[in-house]
Amino acid sequence: MVDLLEYAVRGIPTGCVFALLAVGLVLTYKTSGVFNLAFAAQAYTSAAVFYVLRKEQEWPLFWSAFIAIVIVGPALGLLLERVLFRHLRGAGSLAKMVTSLGLLIAIPEVVKLFFGSDAKSNPPPLWYVRRTDEWLWPQGSKFVFDAGQVTTILSTLVVVLGLTVLFRYTNLGLRMRAVVESSRLAELNGVNAERVSMASWMLSSMLAGLAGVLVAPLFASLNPIDLFTLLVAALAATVVGGLSSIPLTFIGAIGLGMLQAVLAGSLPTNSVLATGLRPGLPFLVLFALLIFRPGLRSNSEMADPLATVDPPLPVPVAVSRPRWMSISSRTVGVVATMFGLLVSWFVLDGFWLAIVISGVVLGVIMLSLTVVTGIGGMLSLAQASLAAIGAFTTAQVVTATGLPVLVAMLIGAAVAAACGALLAIPVVRLDGVYLALGTLAFALMFESILVPLSWVSGGSVPLAVPRPVIGPWDLADDRYFLLFAALCLTVIALAVIRVRQGTTGRFLQAIQSSPTAANSIGISGGRSRIIAFTLAAGIAGFGGGLLASFAGRANYQASFPYVVGLVWVALVISAGARSIQAAVFSGIMFFLLPATLNRVFSWPENYLEAHQQAPEWMQNLLGLVQPNWAVPVSFILFGIGAFTYAKHPEGIIEAQTNSSVTAVLLWTERRKAKVDATSSMDTPQVSA
Amino acid sequence: MSVPVLSCEDLEAGYGPFRALFGISFEVAEGTATALIGPNGAGKSTVARVASGLVAPSAGRVLVKGVDMTGKAPHEFAEAGIAHAPEGRAVFASLTVEENLELAFRESLGRKGVAAALDEAYEMFPRLKERRTQLAGTLSGGEQRILTLARVMILRPALLIADELSLGLAPMITTEVYRILEKIKAAGCALLIVEQHMDYALALADEVLLLRQGEVTFRGPPGEMDRRSASLLSESLSESLSENPPQQEQSS
Repeated sequence: MVDLLEYAVRGIPTGCVFALLAVGLVLTYKTSGVFNLAFAAQAYTSAAVFYVLRKEQEWPLFWSAFIAIVIVGPALGLLLERVLFRHLRGAGSLAKMVTSLGLLIAIPEVVKLFFGSDAKSNPPPLWYVRRTDEWLWPQGSKFVFDAGQVTTILSTLVVVLGLTVLFRYTNLGLRMRAVVESSRLAELNGVNAERVSMASWMLSSMLAGLAGVLVAPLFASLNPIDLFTLLVAALAATVVGGLSSIPLTFIGAIGLGMLQAVLAGSLPTNSVLATGLRPGLPFLVLFALLIFRPGLRSNSEMADPLATVDPPLPVPVAVSRPRWMSISSRTVGVVATMFGLLVSWFVLDGFWLAIVISGVVLGVIMLSLTVVTGIGGMLSLAQASLAAIGAFTTAQVVTATGLPVLVAMLIGAAVAAACGALLAIPVVRLDGVYLALGTLAFALMFESILVPLSWVSGGSVPLAVPRPVIGPWDLADDRYFLLFAALCLTVIALAVIRVRQGTTGRFLQAIQSSPTAANSIGISGGRSRIIAFTLAAGIAGFGGGLLASFAGRANYQASFPYVVGLVWVALVISAGARSIQAAVFSGIMFFLLPATLNRVFSWPENYLEAHQQAPEWMQNLLGLVQPNWAVPVSFILFGIGAFTYAKHPEGIIEAQTNSSVTAVLLWTERRKAKVDATSSMDTPQVSA
Repeated sequence: MSVPVLSCEDLEAGYGPFRALFGISFEVAEGTATALIGPNGAGKSTVARVASGLVAPSAGRVLVKGVDMTGKAPHEFAEAGIAHAPEGRAVFASLTVEENLELAFRESLGRKGVAAALDEAYEMFPRLKERRTQLAGTLSGGEQRILTLARVMILRPALLIADELSLGLAPMITTEVYRILEKIKAAGCALLIVEQHMDYALALADEVLLLRQGEVTFRGPPGEMDRRSASLLSESLSESLSENPPQQEQSS
C-alpha cells in the first residue's frame, strides 16, 4: 500500500503537466468554441522563443520568460483571433477544428524558419537552475520533487485557481461564456463581443505559452510533435471535465498522472504490458471515456439562436451542373491523366518518377479519406494508422507464408478493413469533434502500443516487402509500377464514384444534410457510416501495402506516423473532400511540392557556386535562401490550405471547378439571350 | 417636435444574395408604440435586426435619437438605448437566470448597481427569483420571455424592439407577456412590435406599419387601418399563402 501511495505521489507532477495542457484546451474551447489542436503549436512557439532567449542569448530568466509567455503568447493569440478565428465565429465546430489542424501544421514550420530547424536539445527549465535536478525538495524524504516539478505544480495550482475564480466570480468570465454561446445575443446585451473574444484568445494563448515553456524540459529536445502527443494524452482529462468544468478537468488530469505512475511502478518491468501500456495509457483512457461517457454522444453544442442573421451557404453548383459539362470536365481529367502518364513514362528521370509514383500511391490512401470524410462526413484522423496496418499485414504475410505480394496486399486490405470496422462500431456513434478525437486516440494507441511489438511491425528493423511480378511484367521497373499504381488508383476511384452515387452514398448525404429529415424517412446513419468507415479502412490498407511495396519496406517511421496522417487530412480537406481529382491531386502534391521547392530553393546556391565572381550584394541576398526551406514551406502551404475549409467546405478544387462552370454557364446564357434578342428584333420587322 | 427615438431612411438590406428590404422609411417617436405587421417573409424581422445593428443595411440610414448609427456594432446600439428581444430564444441557455440578468446589468449599471437591480427584478417577477440558479435554457418559453423583459424593465431603454414575442406561447402566457409590454410602455419606453398575432399588437400600437415583400404598403393609426386596409391586409395574407417565397435577386 505504501508503495502504491509513493507511486501515486510521484504521478502528481505528470498529472499537473496534463492538467496545464487540458485546462488550457478547455479554456480555449469555453471562450472561443474552437477545439484548438493548434494549442500545441502555440505552446511550441513560446517554448522556442524561451529556448532562444534563455539558452542561446543567455538572457536572465525573468526577461526571457516574460517575453516568451507574456508577450509572444498573447501576441500570437491576438494574431490568430484577428486574422482567422474572428471570421469563423459562425462556422461549425468541425470547420474550426480543421482550421486549427492547419495551424498545428503551419505554425511550428514558421517558427523553424525563424529560429533554424536544428534540434534544440535540453530545453532550459523555468527556474533559476540550469538543470532541474540541481535543486531537490524536500531533501532526504521519500517523495522528492525537483525544481521543474515544483514549478509545474505551483503554476498549475495558480492557473487552475485563477481560472476557476475567473469563470465563477468575474464579469469577464461571464462575458466570455456569453460570447461563446452567441456573440450576437451578447452584443444585444451591450457586450463588446470582439473585445471579449480578443481577450479570451490572448489569455488562452498565454496559457499555451506557459504550458510550453514548463513542459519543454521533460523532453530531450524541443519538438512540436512531442508537445502535440502530450496534448492528446491530456485530452482524456478534458473529456472528464466534459470540455467545460475546470476543476473536474484538473482532477481528471491528476488522476491520470497518478494512474500512469502506479501502473508503471506496479507492473513487472520489461513486460509487454509495461512497455506498451505506460505510454499508451492516456490514449486508452481517452478512447474509453469517449465511448463510455454517454453525455458526449449527442452534440452538446449550444446553437446560436441568431444564426439566421448569417447569409445562407451558397448552393453547390455541382448539383445543378448540366450533363454535357460533367462529361466534358471528366474528359479533361482523363486526357490530363493520360498526358501525365506519358510524360512520366518517357520524360522523367528516376528521381521524379519515384515522386510521381509515391504521389499516385498516396492518392489511393487519400481516396480512403474521400470515402470516410467526403462521403461519410466523418473526420477520421486514423487513416495513416489503417494504412500502416495494411502495410504491416502485407509484409508479415509475405515474410511468413511466401504468398505473392498482390495476394498479401489484398489480405492487408481485408485486415485493415476489419480493424476499421472494429473501430467504426463504437466510434460512429460519436459526433463531429468527438469522432475525430476518437480516431486520433486510436491512431496514438496504435502508434504507442502496437507498433513497437514485433508481431505487428517486425521490430526495430522494418520488414521487407518485394515488388509484385504480374505475368511477364516485373514491377521492379519503376515505370511498370507506375502503370500498375495508376491502374489501381483508377479502379478504386471508379469504385468510390459508385459508392458515392449508390445507396450508401445517398443515405450518408441525406444524414449530413438533415439528420432529422433522414431519420424521419427511415434512414439510420449508423449502418451506412460503418460501411463507409470500413470501406475507407480497406482502401487505406491497400494503399499502405502498395506504398510499402514501392518503398521496399513497411517502414512506419518513414511513411505512417500519425502526424503525417494529420497533414494528409488537412491536404485532402482543403483540396476537396468529396472530389476524386482532389484526392489524387493532394496525393501527388504531398511529394511533388517539397521536391519542387527543394529544386527552386537550391537554385541560388548552385548559381553562386557557378558564378564565384558575383557581386557581394547578390551573394548576400541569394545566400539567404536555404534548400532546407523546402519542407517547412510546403507544410506551411498545406496548413494554410486548411484555412480555406471554413469558407469553401467543398474544397479548393471543387470551388475552382464550380466558379469556372458558373462562368461558362453565364457565358452560354448571355449568348443565348443575345441570340434571342436579335431574333425577337427580327420578328416585328418581318411582320411589318 | 422632439427627435424620434428611431428613424429609418430608405433602408435596403438582405442576406447574401437575398434582398429582404427595398427602401423602407419610418420613425418611432419617443414613448410611442409602433406595430410592424405583415405576412411571412415580408421583412419584419429584418427591419428589427437593422434597427438594432444586427444586420448592416446595404443602403439607407438608421438614426437613433437623431444620431447616425448606420454600420455601428449592436453593442453600440445597446449603449444608445436600443433593446432588442429577438425572435425565438433570446436568453443565454448555458447561463443561469441570475447570470443572464447580471450580464445585462453589468454593462450599464456597473458593479455596484447590479445587486440593487437584481433585487428590483426579483421583486417585480418573483418567478425569476425561484429559478435564480436554474440554467436559462431549461426555462419554459414564457419564462424566457419574462427573463428578457425583466432586463428591459430595469434598464429602461429608449426603445424596445420586440420580435414575435408570442411565438410558441400559449394564449394565456401571451396575454401576460403583453401586459408586461404595456407596463414597459407606461414607463416611457418606445416600442417597435413585430407580431403575427395582430390583435395583441394593434391593442397596444399608436401607429401601424404594414410590410409587404420588403416595402411599406400602409402607415397610419390602427383605427384607420381597421377600416381602410382590411382589404389590403387580407390581400397580402392570401398572397403569402398562395405565392412564392420572398423576392430574391442575384447579387454579383
